[in-house]
Amino acid sequence: MSGYKGVFEQMIIVENLYFTYPNGVEALSGVNLRIEDGEFVAIMGQNGAGKTTLVKHMNGLLKPTRGRVLVDGIDTRRVSVARLARKVGLVFQNPDHQLFSETVEEEISFALRNFGYDEKTIKERVGWALNMLNLERYRKISPFMLSGGERKRVALASVLAWDPKIIILDEPTIGQDYMQKEKLRQFILQLNQQGKTIIVVTHDVEFVAECNPRIILMKQGKIIASGKAEEVLTNEDLVKEASIALPEIAKLFKCLEEYGFPRNVIDVYEAADIIYKRLRDQK
Amino acid sequence: MSVFDGFKFRSISSPIHQLDPRAKFIYVCVLFTVAVMFNNIIPLLILFLIQLPIVFMAKVQREWMRSMKGSAVFAIMIFAVNLLSLYFYAGHETFTSILERSLAMTIRFIVLVQSFSIFFLTTSPDTLGLALEQSGIPYELCFAFTTAVRFVPVLAEEAQTIIDAQKARGLEIESGNFLRRIRNYIPILIPLIVNAIRRSLELAETMESRAWGACKNRTNLYVLKIKTNDLLLILFSLLLLTVSIYVSINVYIPSLTSLLI
Amino acid sequence: MTVIEAERLTYTYPAGEKPAFRDVNLKIEEGEFVIITGPSGCGKTTLCRCFNGLIPHFYGGKLEGEIRVCGLNVKEHPTYEIAQRVGMVFQNPENQLFALSVEKDVAFGLENLGVPREEIRKRIDWALKITGTYNLKNRPPYELSGGQQQRVAIASVLAMNPDVMVLDEPTSFLDPAGAEKIFEVIERLNREMSMTIILVEHRLDLVSRYADRIIVMHDGRIVMNGDPREVLASEKTRLIGVGIPKATMLYKLLKHRGINLNRPPLYSEEACQVIKEFLSR
Repeated sequence: MSGYKGVFEQMIIVENLYFTYPNGVEALSGVNLRIEDGEFVAIMGQNGAGKTTLVKHMNGLLKPTRGRVLVDGIDTRRVSVARLARKVGLVFQNPDHQLFSETVEEEISFALRNFGYDEKTIKERVGWALNMLNLERYRKISPFMLSGGERKRVALASVLAWDPKIIILDEPTIGQDYMQKEKLRQFILQLNQQGKTIIVVTHDVEFVAECNPRIILMKQGKIIASGKAEEVLTNEDLVKEASIALPEIAKLFKCLEEYGFPRNVIDVYEAADIIYKRLRDQK
Repeated sequence: MSVFDGFKFRSISSPIHQLDPRAKFIYVCVLFTVAVMFNNIIPLLILFLIQLPIVFMAKVQREWMRSMKGSAVFAIMIFAVNLLSLYFYAGHETFTSILERSLAMTIRFIVLVQSFSIFFLTTSPDTLGLALEQSGIPYELCFAFTTAVRFVPVLAEEAQTIIDAQKARGLEIESGNFLRRIRNYIPILIPLIVNAIRRSLELAETMESRAWGACKNRTNLYVLKIKTNDLLLILFSLLLLTVSIYVSINVYIPSLTSLLI
Repeated sequence: MTVIEAERLTYTYPAGEKPAFRDVNLKIEEGEFVIITGPSGCGKTTLCRCFNGLIPHFYGGKLEGEIRVCGLNVKEHPTYEIAQRVGMVFQNPENQLFALSVEKDVAFGLENLGVPREEIRKRIDWALKITGTYNLKNRPPYELSGGQQQRVAIASVLAMNPDVMVLDEPTSFLDPAGAEKIFEVIERLNREMSMTIILVEHRLDLVSRYADRIIVMHDGRIVMNGDPREVLASEKTRLIGVGIPKATMLYKLLKHRGINLNRPPLYSEEACQVIKEFLSR
C-alpha cells in the first residue's frame, strides 16, 4: 500500500466542481480544493455562499452536476451515501434534525446498526463514544430530555461512534455558550491530534481564530482564498469580500499598525505577549 | 414541477387573480353542479371549452397543463372502468353510445379538475383565508388555515434536511422489503413531528407576545369588496345554472354520434 | 422612571423539580440598555418570559415574589395587555413570522388590538423603515434571509410601539453581516427613540459597547449587575464561564503582568485607543 501513499495523502480532492439545485440555482461554480489526510480546515463565508452544499458533496449526499469529488481515492458518484458515510462523518447543525431514539444509547447505536456491526462491537463503540463526550450518565435517558448543548453532544457522539476518518461539523458553534464552545474546541483539536481530518463549516470568526485551522473562504459558490488563519483572517479585503468579520484581535492590530506592530495576529495570548514586550520597554 | 404545481397558487397579476374568491367559489360550485347534472357529452364538452379562455386570461396555461397531465391517469381509469361496466351490464345499448357515455364521464371528471385547478392557481391562500373570515368562519380557523399553508415549504425543506442527516448516518430508505421500508421512515418522521411541535410552541409564544386575543373586534389589514367583475362572474354563473336547469328539463340533447352521422 | 421591577422573584416550571431562577431582585430604568448574559441554562430566557407575562400566563408553573412592568403587576394582567408595553423578539427568526407577506406579519399585533386600518398602514411603513426592511414589504417571509426575517420580527414588535424591547439572543442563528445589522437597529431604537432595551446575548465582543449595564446570571441567580467594564473585568465573571470580550481579556492579561492600562476596554477600537494612550504617556 505504501507505494500509493503519494495518491492517498490527499484525503479529499474536489476538481472543477459545479452544482446546480433542481430549482435552477447554481450553488457551486467551479470549486477546486485539496484537503490532506489529518488536516484541520475551516470553510467560511456568508450564509448562501455554498459552504454546506460543498460539504454535502464530500459524503455523497449531493453529486456533482459537473466536475468530480474524490474522497480517500473514491469518486463520490460511484458509491452510495451509506458507503461514503463510513469514511465521512457529517454532523449537522441542528441535533433535532436527527435525534429520534428512546434512549441516548440507542441513538448512538443507530448508525452502527445501519453499517452492520455485530452487537459486541456496537456495545464497545457506544461505550467509547459516551465516554468520549462525557455522556455516560445519560445512557438510558431519552435524548429529548436533555438540554440543547447536551443534545448537540449526543449528535456528535452518534457520528464519532463509527470512527470515520473525516469529520465534518456544520456550524457547530451556533447557539452554544462560551464554555460549550471552549469544550468543543478542545475536543476538535484532540480528534485532530489523533489523526482525524477535520472540516468545520462556520462563520464564527472568534471560534476559528482560537482554533487556528487552514481557512477556505467562499463567496457565491467559489473559493476566493485559502491559507493560514493568521494570513487570511487578517486580510481586510478578503474578509470583507466574503462578508465575514475580522476577529477582534485582528481589528486591534490593524488599528495599531501605525505604531509598527505586526498585522498577522489573531490569538489573544500572542497579542498580549507582543503588546506586553512593547509596553514594558516603554515603561 | 410536480402535479401539485397545477394546484398551487401562482403569484402573478391578472383579471382572474383579482377576482373575489367568493365569486370564484360560486362559479366553481355552479360548474360542479352543472357538470353533475348532465351525462351527455355535448354539454360537458361545452363546459370544458367555456373554461379555456379563463385559463388564458389568468396566464396559467403551463400550470393548468400540468394539472391536466397529472389527472390523465385517473381520466383513463375512469374511462376504462365506465366502458367495461357499461359493456357488461347495459347489454341493449350500442357500442357507440357506450363509448360516448364513458367519454362523457371522463370529460366530467376533467371539467371538475380544471375548475379546481383554476380556482387554486389564481387564489392566494391569504385572500382565501380572508374570504373564509368574511364569510363568518371563526378567525381562529382561518388563521390556522393560512398558517398551515405558509409552513408547507418550510416543513418540506426540514424533511429534506432530516433525510440528509439520517442518510449521513447510514440509513438507506429504499432498502429492504415493504415492512422494512416503512420502518425506515421512523427516523425521519419522529424528528419531523418533534420539531413541528416545538415550532408550534414557539409560534404560540410569538402570537401571545403580539397581543393575540386582545379584543373581540380584531381589524383585518385587508378587506375584500365585491367589484363589477365579481358581479359579472356571479351573474354569469347564475345564468349558466338557470340555462342548464332549463335545458336539462325541457330540451332533448342529441348524442354526438347522431349529429356527426 | 422604573419600567421593570422584580423583588425576590422565584419561578418553577410546571414540570420543574427546582426553580429555573430564584430570589431575583432587579430594577430597570426607562431608556436603559441592559445586557443579560450567563451560561446556557442559567435562567436568563426564563426571566425574560416574565417581562411580558408569558410567565406565568402562558407557561403556568409557580411564580413567587413580585414583578411589575410599566406599573402593571404581571401576575394580574394578561399577556396581551403587557405585550403592548413590552415587545419580545425571540431567537429563531423562522418561527416568528407566520403570515404570507411581510406587511401582514407586521400588521398582526395591531390587528389583534383592533387598531383602525389606516393607522395600521402608517405604522407598518414606519416600523419597516426604521428596521430597514421597507423594500421587503410585499415579500413572503419564508423567502427572506435569516437576518432579514429577524429585522421584520423586530418591526412587527415595534409596530405595537412598546416602551421596552426584550430580545432573546436575536443573532445566534445569523451570520456576522446579518448580526451586525440587527445590532445597528437595536442601538438606533435605544439612542434615537430612547427605547428601553433588554438584550440576552453571548457575543459580548460585539454588543457590550452599547450597554449601560450588564447582568450576569448563573445557576438561576443574578451574580453580577453593574457597569459593563467592572462586570467584564472582574475575575468572578470569567470563572462563571462568560465569554468576555477579547479586548477586556487582553487588558486583564497585561494587568496580570504588571501593565496597567487606563481603563478596561470593551472592544478592539477602544483597546487600540488605550494602548495608544499608554504609548504616548
